[in-house]
Amino acid sequence: MATSTLNPSEMAGAAPREVAWGRVRPGRRIADRTLKVGCTLFTVIGVFALGWILAMLLVRGLSALTPAIFVNITPGPGTTGGGLANAMLGSLILTGIGILVATPIGVLAGTYLAEYARTSKLAALVRFINDLLLSAPSILIGLFVYALFVAPFGGYSGWAGSIALAIIAIPVIVRTTEDMLRLVPNGLREAAAALGAPHSKVITLVTWRAARSGIVTGIILAMARIAGETAPLLFTALNNNFWFSPTLSGGVSNLPVTIYQFALSPYGNWQELAWAGALIITATILVLSVVARVLIRKEAAR
Amino acid sequence: MTTLSATVQARPDREGATAPARIAVRDLDFYYGDFHSLKSISMDFRDRQVTALIGPSGCGKSTLLRCFNRIYSLYPDQRATGEINLDGRNILSPSVDVNELRSRVGMVFQKPTPFPMSIYDNVAFGVRLYEKLPKAEVDVRVESALRKAALWGEVKDKLKGSGMGLSGGQQQRLCIARTVAQGPEVILLDEPTSALDPISTGKVEELIEQLRSEFTIAIVTHNMQQAARISQYTAFMYLGEVVEFGPTNGLFMNPAKKQTHDYVTGRFG
Amino acid sequence: MSLVASTDRVTAYAKTGAPRRRSSGTGAVFRALNFASAMLVLLVLAGILGSMVVGGWPAFREFGFFGFLSGSSWNVGAERFGAWPAIAGTLMSAVIAIVVGVPISIGIAIFLTQLSPRWLKTPIATAVELLAAVPSIIYGMWGLFVFAPLVARSVQMPLNDVVEGLPVVGSLLYSRVPSGTGIFTAGIILALMIIPFIASIVRDMLDQIPPVLRESAYGIGCTTWEVVRHVLLPQAGVAIIGAIMLGLGRALGETMAVTFVVGNANRLSASIFDPGSTIASRIANEFNEASGMQLNALIALGCILFLVTFSILIAARLLIARVGRA
Repeated sequence: MATSTLNPSEMAGAAPREVAWGRVRPGRRIADRTLKVGCTLFTVIGVFALGWILAMLLVRGLSALTPAIFVNITPGPGTTGGGLANAMLGSLILTGIGILVATPIGVLAGTYLAEYARTSKLAALVRFINDLLLSAPSILIGLFVYALFVAPFGGYSGWAGSIALAIIAIPVIVRTTEDMLRLVPNGLREAAAALGAPHSKVITLVTWRAARSGIVTGIILAMARIAGETAPLLFTALNNNFWFSPTLSGGVSNLPVTIYQFALSPYGNWQELAWAGALIITATILVLSVVARVLIRKEAAR
Repeated sequence: MTTLSATVQARPDREGATAPARIAVRDLDFYYGDFHSLKSISMDFRDRQVTALIGPSGCGKSTLLRCFNRIYSLYPDQRATGEINLDGRNILSPSVDVNELRSRVGMVFQKPTPFPMSIYDNVAFGVRLYEKLPKAEVDVRVESALRKAALWGEVKDKLKGSGMGLSGGQQQRLCIARTVAQGPEVILLDEPTSALDPISTGKVEELIEQLRSEFTIAIVTHNMQQAARISQYTAFMYLGEVVEFGPTNGLFMNPAKKQTHDYVTGRFG
Repeated sequence: MSLVASTDRVTAYAKTGAPRRRSSGTGAVFRALNFASAMLVLLVLAGILGSMVVGGWPAFREFGFFGFLSGSSWNVGAERFGAWPAIAGTLMSAVIAIVVGVPISIGIAIFLTQLSPRWLKTPIATAVELLAAVPSIIYGMWGLFVFAPLVARSVQMPLNDVVEGLPVVGSLLYSRVPSGTGIFTAGIILALMIIPFIASIVRDMLDQIPPVLRESAYGIGCTTWEVVRHVLLPQAGVAIIGAIMLGLGRALGETMAVTFVVGNANRLSASIFDPGSTIASRIANEFNEASGMQLNALIALGCILFLVTFSILIAARLLIARVGRA
């Protein structure tokens, strides 16, 4: 059907104006090539660095990873063997309490920003401060919790450590909760409100449910963020080589600080344990991050 | 659609009916991934004439235009086969450098796209890409391009101001000036007035009429009135094929194909 | 009139997200809980600042604010504390991190948005983002056990042979003890740590630029370099500066990785290859054993770190937000 009413090969009339080819200066091509090679090289460096770090962890961590480290407690100086059982359990407890404290506060604050005060000046301020806290140096949060709980109550405790971790987790949860609630279409809220549901019911029964997997993603991200945090635990939960007391008072052994102390120690078995711990903690965090990313992608695809 | 015939009739001289072909398209096929979107297109774009591409949306008119400067090659899954000869050289051949090609075939887009720099620099940008000139010489080029784009009077006092500060119509004429300044042979216009108000549209159309004395122009438009007002040749495209191509007068007044007739009279689905 | 009223309701709706109605008991409690949680966020920031100022006050009073800032000795025995070596170390390592990390970050962002074949985009973006999730002690261990020996062997020793005895570079680049640890190594590790942050923000900004602008730049015959240099980067301009400042804020406050590799020397050296300390590493190292004025001086260091990083973070967020709105 592709027909034309003009004969395409018809070439009559004056000769076309000539423009010479070869206007592109070689310098431009060199700059372009440099950019392309440079950017590719930089990307290779970035990916290579990650690969190198992971390879180091795998090689040294796997060789140190024995079933014993899940059973035995951290050894004292100058002893042999030992494990990480107390440190791992301590980290689980600290992170768990941290998340338990941070989740209600973070979700409620995010809900306030998204549902009650979307455009108020106060909400803008809270949002801004929350973004600042997202990138605040974690050692300052350790100092803050030290001044708030450790110094007045005269002692290190797992509670202080958990609160420090919670303070780091809250901004992550606030931010994702707000973002995810904003993705819920207004029509859904209108429909629920039109049935006569009060605003609080609209939120708890409809918008929270609609944004559920997104909010869970935020909590997982927060968990990944605090699981490897070391600096805020240094002056709060401290660390030691014993089983901690069930009340979590006194120092609570934990993986990140153990890794820090053992890696810098002169004892061979401590260093081995540090590598094993580093592998465990990094693997946990990377798994959590990947799970969170998969959840987010699913949420976005919906 | 009586106004359409009136528009065409109001333009008595359709000069240049025998102008030589500047761009000769031969058996052009185009694919978006697996989708075959242009099917064996063959047509000529004549020297210093305005050729309009019309047709319902999705017919391939923009795709065809995007072949002439190979802008589609930014997207890895898009490809064209066949020949597009610019002055006898097949520009689809890998041996033709795209930067070179685009210096000879300029393009103006649907939405105005001023670059994040001053009005002066926007226009000088194209000049400096291809020629190293002293400042005074660049000044002359910029002024001449802005005059050709009928924008000089409006911006001559604020050349250092940002291009983003202009109105939509002025921005579009700035983009035309930028294209003119680099000294192309062919200018491609992809629905250049669809984002503009009627007054700005009128100015751009006048401008196109003037530019025809220097440049070979291909314009995609969804507006048949516009095609009738400003073009010497029109191609009606449908489903990736050129249904009918000929002098604008004939195509609108006396279409040879029923589909063309239906489309230009507004009876098309 | 009714039309106006209904428009008002629509506006109110848009503002609050849902229609206001007379709160029931539980509704009011729920709302109050939400509000209180949001206020807690503000309280935390105020608390951090307050505790730093109160805890650091004795040190500032003893040495004077500027005296503390510029004091160059940190002598626990003599109870004389000056912040300058730690401040200088913090700034130097952060500058090295920015100088090394920013070009790489922007390069990665350009690669991901302009150059990468589609199938490679997601794996690389994921890898770069995982780099951000790796805990900082791991960077520290890698730095101490893998990277520092490498620096000692292939940078410090060869460099020492070259620069020894030369003016300026002889002191700036000469390492007295080529152990691999020092400000330079800390800076490089920090660069690695900030790359994922800067790269992903810059990538987002470049992705947000309308494709037609990019096409029109290519359309006048720009090479990729020219499109990036003259159109895309200026268009994303201010936000990129914001992203860099965000990275800077992170580099200034990073603790664990730096503590591993910085060498923890109390004295300031002219050479970037010599051991030094940063504010954060000094606090991490000494805080648990400190008492009296040393404790106050360490908290005063924390106060300075707070003021510097938060000023930078505020500026960064404002710059990024300005572009987001436009």
